[in-house]
Amino acid sequence: MSCFLCNSSLGKKLVMSVTGCCLVLFLLFHMSMNLVAIISPEGYNMICEFLGANWYALAGTVGLAVLVVLHFVYALILTLNNYRARGTQRYAVTVNEPGVEWASKNMLVLGVIVVLGLLLHLINFWSKMQLVEIMGGEGSTVGGYFISAHDGATLVAYTFSQWYYVVLYIIWLGALWLHLTHGIWSMFQTVGWANDTWYPRLKCISNIFATIIVLGFMAVVLVYFVYNLCGGCSACAGSL
Amino acid sequence: MNFKLKIWRQKDAKSKGAFETYHVEGISPDTSFLEMMDILNNNLVHEGKEPVAFDHDCREGICGMCSMHINGHAHGPEQAVTTCQLYMRKFKDGATITIEPWRSAAFPVIKDLVVNRSAYDQILQAGGFISVRTNSVPDGNAIPIPKADADESMDAAACIGCGACAATCKNGSAMLFVAARVSSLAKLPQGRVEGARRAKAMVAKMDELGFGNCTNTGACQAECPKSISITHIARLNREFLSAKFKD
Ligand code: HEM
Ligand code: SF4
Ligand code: FES
Repeated sequence: MSCFLCNSSLGKKLVMSVTGCCLVLFLLFHMSMNLVAIISPEGYNMICEFLGANWYALAGTVGLAVLVVLHFVYALILTLNNYRARGTQRYAVTVNEPGVEWASKNMLVLGVIVVLGLLLHLINFWSKMQLVEIMGGEGSTVGGYFISAHDGATLVAYTFSQWYYVVLYIIWLGALWLHLTHGIWSMFQTVGWANDTWYPRLKCISNIFATIIVLGFMAVVLVYFVYNLCGGCSACAGSL
Repeated sequence: MNFKLKIWRQKDAKSKGAFETYHVEGISPDTSFLEMMDILNNNLVHEGKEPVAFDHDCREGICGMCSMHINGHAHGPEQAVTTCQLYMRKFKDGATITIEPWRSAAFPVIKDLVVNRSAYDQILQAGGFISVRTNSVPDGNAIPIPKADADESMDAAACIGCGACAATCKNGSAMLFVAARVSSLAKLPQGRVEGARRAKAMVAKMDELGFGNCTNTGACQAECPKSISITHIARLNREFLSAKFKD
């Protein structure tokens, strides 16, 4: 059992599919949680407190790290393998075959952008929240202000008041969107739950799902950016 | 019609190849691509030059020999045909046509446009068969098979083993070929019995021979001369995974 997951092409792909699926479900959960930050910063901070350095949140963090590392390492192994299988001599003329998504041919590149974005994201938030708690701290000084490890809302507001973080997060989310438009239907194909009748449906579901996830994340970034731009006038002062 | 041809020339498996440019003139639009190559070779022989080596056999789209990568497409720009069924009317008069051999680590070039495709034969030998005699037609008909299953099996059995799938795939993956062979047998009661063993053996052979891993791009089905669908790849995945989980 354990061997076919590391030495067979289809076994390795199964690992990609299952880890990818878990990551997609996590993203859905994370995105829903973030939306609370738009509706109620207090509510959001309650969630931040709930997911601090306690056993279940730590177990979740470790689980996620394992998933990302597995998905990433397998992606590298598979892609390197594929590069070798293509041979040293390349075609002089290549075309875009009809019906082939660009994302499907560039999953590793998109994945690397996702990982880089993830690192930035961990530095921006995780290192100032859960990590601080693990180290036994109360909070950290960000941009000259002391921000408590549970005050996620202030940290979000501060981060997205800087336009370059907004741009970086939009690039990150764009890459994630492309990765998911292919990845979601592909994970069904990999485990064999797909056929000619379902391809158009699965691709449609992938596009909708990827768009919902990415728009959800993007909404928080943009709402906080715009709110900061207009200086928090009375029109929306009550809500944020 | 007149054409400028850029053709990959390579003396043997060990030498380094390069493109050479040739001109052919007065070609009728109803000439097939291989006939056009014959005319070119005839000219080359008359000029005392070495003709271009290329694979071909049936010239009616059923043997799968005529491997050529033409203007970036396996078997040329027309969909669902082999090179032998491609006609020069598909090209513009005066066009430049680039002709390359299949490029895939598992299909090494032997000479000019000829590649060694025995890797596909080895995959077939690993499991693409049934071990019992099915006897003659009346015996075969003794087992009723639902029409839908028979149709799907026949769609998969249309695969001619041409190698366009692995040659097209950016991952050099042979999955469409293996899937077609596994699927055509898995859908019939005679082939069903050895389904699990077949899927495992053929996938293991495919990996061993250095073919890549499918990332579900779908480029293979777009270039397959028999329009084999990736729905068969889904079935292969299913067959393989359920076989492994039963172990
Ligand atoms: C939160 C982040 C991510 C999610 C939700 C995700 C999701 C997915 C899904 C669902 C698949 C389809 C699996 C399949 O075809 O069976 C996939 C494939 C892939 N992912 Fe990710 N992924 C993420 C991050 C990454 C990262 C960081 C990389 C790193 C390089 C990466 C590289 C790849 C590659 C190369 C494939 C194609 C593998 C194949 O089809 O063989 N992904 N991803
Ligand atoms: S699946 Fe299609 S492209 Fe691949 S070998 Fe068979 S006929 Fe050729
Ligand atoms: S020569 Fe037989 S398929 Fe083209």
